[in-house]
Amino acid sequence: MIEMQDVWKTYPNGTHALQGVSVKIDRNEFVYVVGPSGAGKSTFMKLIYREEVPTKGQISVNGFNIGKLKQRKIPYVRRNIGVIFQDFRLLPKLTAYENVAFAMEVIETPKRQMKKRVMEVLDLVGLKAKANRQPAQLSGGEQQRIAIARAIVNNPSVIIADEPTGNLDPETSWGIMQLLDEINFRGTTIVMATHNKDIVNTMRKRVIAIEHGNIVRDQLRGEYGYDF
Amino acid sequence: MTFNTFLRHLREGAKNIFRNGWMSVASIVSIIVSLFILGVFILLVLNVNAIADKADKQVQIRAYLNLNVDQKLRETVQKEIAAMPEVSKIDFISKEQGLEDFRKSMGDEGKELLEGFDKDNNPLPDAFKIEVYEPTTVPFVSKKIEALNASHADQQPIMKVKYGKGTIETLFKVTRMVRNIGFIFVAGLAVMSMFLISNTIRVTILARRREIGIMKLVGATNTFIRWPFFVEGTLIGLIGSIITVAILFAGYSRLAATVGSDFTLQMSLLPVSDLWQWGGLLIVLGVLIGMWGTTLSIRKFLKV
Repeated sequence: MIEMQDVWKTYPNGTHALQGVSVKIDRNEFVYVVGPSGAGKSTFMKLIYREEVPTKGQISVNGFNIGKLKQRKIPYVRRNIGVIFQDFRLLPKLTAYENVAFAMEVIETPKRQMKKRVMEVLDLVGLKAKANRQPAQLSGGEQQRIAIARAIVNNPSVIIADEPTGNLDPETSWGIMQLLDEINFRGTTIVMATHNKDIVNTMRKRVIAIEHGNIVRDQLRGEYGYDF
Repeated sequence: MTFNTFLRHLREGAKNIFRNGWMSVASIVSIIVSLFILGVFILLVLNVNAIADKADKQVQIRAYLNLNVDQKLRETVQKEIAAMPEVSKIDFISKEQGLEDFRKSMGDEGKELLEGFDKDNNPLPDAFKIEVYEPTTVPFVSKKIEALNASHADQQPIMKVKYGKGTIETLFKVTRMVRNIGFIFVAGLAVMSMFLISNTIRVTILARRREIGIMKLVGATNTFIRWPFFVEGTLIGLIGSIITVAILFAGYSRLAATVGSDFTLQMSLLPVSDLWQWGGLLIVLGVLIGMWGTTLSIRKFLKV
């Protein structure tokens, strides 16, 4: 599903963000990526959805060789990857419904089918009633649910979540985690970078710890392992 | 792209104008301002041109004949003048005809003044009205006509040759200058307004850079992102230029009506009906600017 072989990433300013990372994530896994700030977590995530290109090494996602991907092929790879961020990244002038529908318009889904599916995922994230609100009229937790709805609406094989609970209070965070767990249960691979110790230690999953650009720990049903 | 997606782009482009509220207003206003200034200048140049053309055509030579000239000599002189290569037309104007024309040109006010003059009491001499192909040859042709006296030395048929000397030369100079300066100005303004507008559009797109980034993360292709922007820019150009043309035409027709009804000005502006194609041109220009502005400004944000 996702496979990295000796991946290096050096930014133009000289930062060595990743130094020889090799990892394999299988279909239907749920993986936490943990580690101190600046250790390379974000770079690790960005390489998967081709926001960044590796300096060296090979990455394959869903069978695509990400490093050698042609510029105009990028959108088609991203359509099979749902992304969720700390800052939600919703389109501010569109309603909740339109935000989710956008992902389906991109792949030119017929209108009737689109309407049905959008309402279905809005129902799944529990926001059917607020479909016509704009992001600014929704709480942080609700915005993140919309972002999740958008990420899953096209049934991607993998979801990349970069600190999805980073801006949310603990209670809301648990709601989001239950949602992600449910999505994983339905068959979607989830890779989630996080700083949330409680979540990692309570909802036990595979844990990959990154420090100084290297994977220092890779455990099934692992612990968070840091005191912050 | 499916037809439905195409419709989606049109719809989104139109909706974006409302979604972006004040940004759209700013773009439309900047198009209006630039095109308005451009339009005013075009109208000015067109009218100056029309006046100059009219003045060019009105340049005629009048050759007055001495009273002793008989019909035979008159016809000889007419033939000689008509034979000159520069001359396009020559008309004989008898003194009766001359008086009649004079009466007409004076209108109501002149009626009293010219009372008392009639067939038997006519102060005007017979004359030729001569037109030339090229207005600039007028002074030269006049000299040639005056020189006819030398070939008929005993009779001296030509009393006087007139053509607004001096004034014509300056008129030529002024109109030529106004035309040239006007065209340079219009060209300069067109370029300037393009920069002004593309700048405004760039600012509005800069504000939407983040949105473009999000669209790309969701897997939208560049074409998919570009279309609604393109539609939006085109519509903004269209709206802006239609408003401008409406303002210009409303203002101009009022001005033309005021000037036309004022007899003391002795002139009239070009009729509005002659200017529709220029209105069309401004609209096309506005649309092109809108398209060009968005295409140009969006290009660099698409490389995410």
